[in-house]
Amino acid sequence: MTLTAPPAARPAAGGPDLTRAALSGRRRFTNHLATAAIWVAVLLAVIPLALVTYTVLAKGGGVMSLSFLNEDIPNSYRREGGGMGPAIVGTLLITGMAALMAIPLGVFGAIYLNEYGKQRPLARVIRLMSDVMTGVPSIVMGLFIYISWVLLVGEQTGFAGALALACLMLPVVIRSSEEMLRLVPDELRQASMALGARKWKTTLTVVLPAAISGITSGSLLAVARAAGETAPIIIVTGIVFSPNWNLFDGSNTALPAQIFRNASQPFPAAQDRAWGAALTLIVIVLGFTIIARFISSRFAIKER
Amino acid sequence: MASNDTNLTTRPSVAVHAPGTTVSGADSANASVMQLRDVSVYYGSYEAVRGTTMPIQQNQVTAMIGPSGCGKSTVLRALNRMNDPIPGARVSGDVLFHGQDLYAKDVDPIQVRRRIGMVFQKPNPFPKSIYDNVAYGLRINGIKGRLDDHVEEALTKAALWDEVKDKLRKSALALSGGQQQRLCIARTIAVKPEVILMDEPCSALDPIATAKIEDLIFELTNDYTIVIVTHNMQQAARVSHYTAFFTAEVDEAQERHGRLVEFSQTGKLFTNPADKRTEDYITGRFG
Repeated sequence: MTLTAPPAARPAAGGPDLTRAALSGRRRFTNHLATAAIWVAVLLAVIPLALVTYTVLAKGGGVMSLSFLNEDIPNSYRREGGGMGPAIVGTLLITGMAALMAIPLGVFGAIYLNEYGKQRPLARVIRLMSDVMTGVPSIVMGLFIYISWVLLVGEQTGFAGALALACLMLPVVIRSSEEMLRLVPDELRQASMALGARKWKTTLTVVLPAAISGITSGSLLAVARAAGETAPIIIVTGIVFSPNWNLFDGSNTALPAQIFRNASQPFPAAQDRAWGAALTLIVIVLGFTIIARFISSRFAIKER
Repeated sequence: MASNDTNLTTRPSVAVHAPGTTVSGADSANASVMQLRDVSVYYGSYEAVRGTTMPIQQNQVTAMIGPSGCGKSTVLRALNRMNDPIPGARVSGDVLFHGQDLYAKDVDPIQVRRRIGMVFQKPNPFPKSIYDNVAYGLRINGIKGRLDDHVEEALTKAALWDEVKDKLRKSALALSGGQQQRLCIARTIAVKPEVILMDEPCSALDPIATAKIEDLIFELTNDYTIVIVTHNMQQAARVSHYTAFFTAEVDEAQERHGRLVEFSQTGKLFTNPADKRTEDYITGRFG
């Protein structure tokens, strides 16, 4: 007989059995079933994502080159070669301008709703309207801008596209920013107030910095979303085949519109260009997302 | 009643009020910085606290004790108009600060809070660096001079300097709860208020951190007047010079109102209470 017995998997007589074997068969089965179900769900969710990425890479990768990013769009869909230069310029300018209009306005709107308006009737109306606006189809927004702006100035311009995209982004920015501001603990506002800060100062120096990382990611998701909008661009910006750097003068074009136009042609050259444009657009959106991640991690509240 | 040297109206008054200014007061030994006269606080039509009359003595610690829901925090928050943003909150009676009614029409609440600071129940440092937390109040109030010196002075007074001097640029959220609370005190005293209101400052802290804060409160009375709300009777007995005992009473309409039962010197209140309800509470028969 030894004094120190080696630890046993089996308990001493009368002690509880802590091994897995002690579980009932039904519980073990349920556990395995749940694990399997989760894995199946993950795989199902990944399949479309992977397929889209693979297809766009495989079909668009072939035409991708520096000249594709640079060159003008051929006037004839039938012609081989050419590039998407004008559409890339258009996408960056139009989306950039839309972001410049929608993000500040949206963030200010969110500040009003969460810090000042709260449950006042005006704030409730704005909240309701922006929820309704989120549901407006992009083609309707395109037609709205066509009637209210394009007909007014008399020509299709890149700026009209930016207006339409800004209108689509605005409600998303307002609502996501408001949610982020709502997450800022009230204790911080009170602390600032107790130090003798005025409300605008508290909002600017305490509330906004605490929410900025969430606001940034929300806003850039809206930008990424807008960068892929097709219908309003086709309706209000027209089309060009060489880059137009001026948003306020003359027609413009953007990648989603080019994808639509080229993909609906029977000519292989046009279809290749559509795939290339799709790949370019995905990379641009990926770029936005990476920037968003980077910015929000820079501003993120560091715990350590 | 008191010499009125503090201007709280919206007209800018940049000068920092030096703590320790003597004010000729009504009360015998010590001057009272603040005076509550028949103060009631309402939330909408509900009268949360009814008819409170008590002084706040200069450079002394005044404790407010009482069971939950007796309105002690509500009264505390009325002292620097922290109830203002609550919809429907209203104060009747006079809250006098150097003889000036804090709820008079032309009084600017910002000026009030600048002179009557507050430390909260839960440590609530800003999600900024330790340095920026302390410097925040100085910056928003446009306090001139070397910021570094002011920050060091405030942290030293809050007995935190030695623990954080090597990591001023680190996030305040990395500090322990007790350190965070002392940082909040440092942040408050950096703007040199006259009165510091503390709303159960130790309730989220362990006994060692609590002891540190209590020592600190005692130190701070050299420069500041302190009003502290606490659940903990022993704490009130340990740190305060004066104690106000509040309780909740139910009126004819079955509504609960907070009520000041007794105000006196702490030693007297705990050893020889004048009111039966106080005696019941401090001997543990109720509450």
